[in-house]
Amino acid sequence: MLEQILFYFFGGLAILSAVLVVTAKNVVHSAVFLITALLATAGIFLQLHAEFLFIVQLILYAGGIMVLFVFVIMLVNLDVSLHQVQFNRQWWLGLLLALVLGAHLVIAIAVGRSGLPLGQPAPAASLEPSTQLVGRTLFTSYMVPFEIASVLLLVAMIGAVVMAKKQRREAGAKQ
Amino acid sequence: MTGLLESAKPFLLPMLYAVVIVLVLPLVAGYIVLMERKVMADMQVRLGPMRVGPHGLLQPIADAVKLLLKEDIIPDEADKLIFWIAPVLSVTTAMLALSAIAIGPVFQIADLNVGLLFVLGVSALGIYGIVLGGWASNSHYSLLGALRSAAQLVSYETAAGMALVGGLLLAGSLSTKEIVATQAGDGVWFIFGAPVGFFIYLVASIAETNRAPFDLPEAESELVAGYMTEYSGFRWALYFLAEYANMIVVAAIATTLFLGGWLRPFSSTPAFNFLDYAPAALMLVIAAYCFWRVPKQPVQVQKGFLAVVGLLFMGLAAILAAPLFASAGSLVAAAKPGLHGAFWFLLKVTLYIYVFMWLRFTFPRYRFDQLMRLGWQFLIPLSIANVMAIGIALVLHRESGWGRVPAFLLMNVLTLGVAALLASAGEKKEKAKNEPMVGEA
Repeated sequence: MLEQILFYFFGGLAILSAVLVVTAKNVVHSAVFLITALLATAGIFLQLHAEFLFIVQLILYAGGIMVLFVFVIMLVNLDVSLHQVQFNRQWWLGLLLALVLGAHLVIAIAVGRSGLPLGQPAPAASLEPSTQLVGRTLFTSYMVPFEIASVLLLVAMIGAVVMAKKQRREAGAKQ
Repeated sequence: MTGLLESAKPFLLPMLYAVVIVLVLPLVAGYIVLMERKVMADMQVRLGPMRVGPHGLLQPIADAVKLLLKEDIIPDEADKLIFWIAPVLSVTTAMLALSAIAIGPVFQIADLNVGLLFVLGVSALGIYGIVLGGWASNSHYSLLGALRSAAQLVSYETAAGMALVGGLLLAGSLSTKEIVATQAGDGVWFIFGAPVGFFIYLVASIAETNRAPFDLPEAESELVAGYMTEYSGFRWALYFLAEYANMIVVAAIATTLFLGGWLRPFSSTPAFNFLDYAPAALMLVIAAYCFWRVPKQPVQVQKGFLAVVGLLFMGLAAILAAPLFASAGSLVAAAKPGLHGAFWFLLKVTLYIYVFMWLRFTFPRYRFDQLMRLGWQFLIPLSIANVMAIGIALVLHRESGWGRVPAFLLMNVLTLGVAALLASAGEKKEKAKNEPMVGEA
């Protein structure tokens, strides 16, 4: 009972704030609603006993990436976006497509509901600590993808440093 | 309806704890402010607040009343909603972070599997209160303060996180209770296993809580009051409350991970069991000091008040001493771990906060480029080296059969060597940068 109330609370909050991200005119307001949407999703993770996923969502997305988003947005001139028209003349086409896609989803769920076994959450007592589980899986079954992702990140990091250095050298040459 | 009540039952005791924290925290924060002013006064050879109540003991309450009665100003051009919500956000996240911290083995709202990460993540969300508040004020000082704060937090959180990883390697768990239990089992606090990690966390936690010498987001000589410039009255008080609550949170993290949590010093050595009497003795000493000062108070009311404070500490001493003298197995004796654990935990937190104050009144403020260089070029590489060193020490101890002392001693000395190397490299760079300027002059 309480679980269901919590789920609908978090789910509704996530959907509502996701809609508001798109419709808010002020970019900072959009960012705030995006943070709310991310936190609501984190709440759903927590309810599924995926504690590690919850904390990663909290630290990485809400705490790390969004701080940088807000940081950049605050440096941008907001007046332009405040006076722009938000919807163009073809909004009805978009609406039509969205409705068709939505109908597809509804039909797919309605038809496939009986054939698709929905995963049941395991009882809380039977779960191992999820942090250890995630760590063990990452470093055994998914070792290679994990390492490849790390190398990719490293490449991106080095690339960013190289690009920043180049600009500085050019700026120095101009002086 | 009954189903709802039934499923809400396990939440009743944690909810009670939460209410206690929400009610007590403002009072505690007020008295930390008083402590700070007293420490500052002591270091500057003054008396500090002495007027409101004996030794200024009622000053926090007077301040709180004053702040509540002040005019609440919202700037015309401010973003009203965000201006309103930002300070609330700061306080909420700080209080939420406290919920996963174990104050003693009993008093804890939630023992999460990801406890320490939860505290870190939630308290990092508090930055939105500062950034959004600074932006919503629509003032240049506020915005600059907010930007500085965001940059500072992003830079130092990495170092703080890596420093904590060093301790977590020793603990092997993220749950606050298990971290302390491991320290009890090892018989050694983790500060002795990872002293460099503790040092990095100390520095980074000062930067994260925006306190001097890293208080650039609110540097009063440059930015008036930084992100708080446009705030007044109760909202300003909320920011202040959040700052002090965050200090308690970082102190609690450091205490849990490095300083043995609620463990008594030498908790596993029976020869030091006499330390069990220390809590009650400390309270008695404070009570005795209060009674000694009673005749010296100038006004009758103050005499009475100080006597009441003395009696209060006598009562605390009685509560702390009662489990020691009660017969074994009784209910009173069973309360000992909870009571004494809370005492030692809070004592360590207070000492950590005292170090914060000590540093604040000893060091001048850093320049922003110095702050960034210290964070990125010294603390972060050092914290990564520290994680590797502790990992190697653990392998040496557990797999290669080295003794605990030589393994950790060797690796910590190596980490210190890395620190010296980084420091000298930084100095050399600084010199190379400054030399042409000297030549020009």
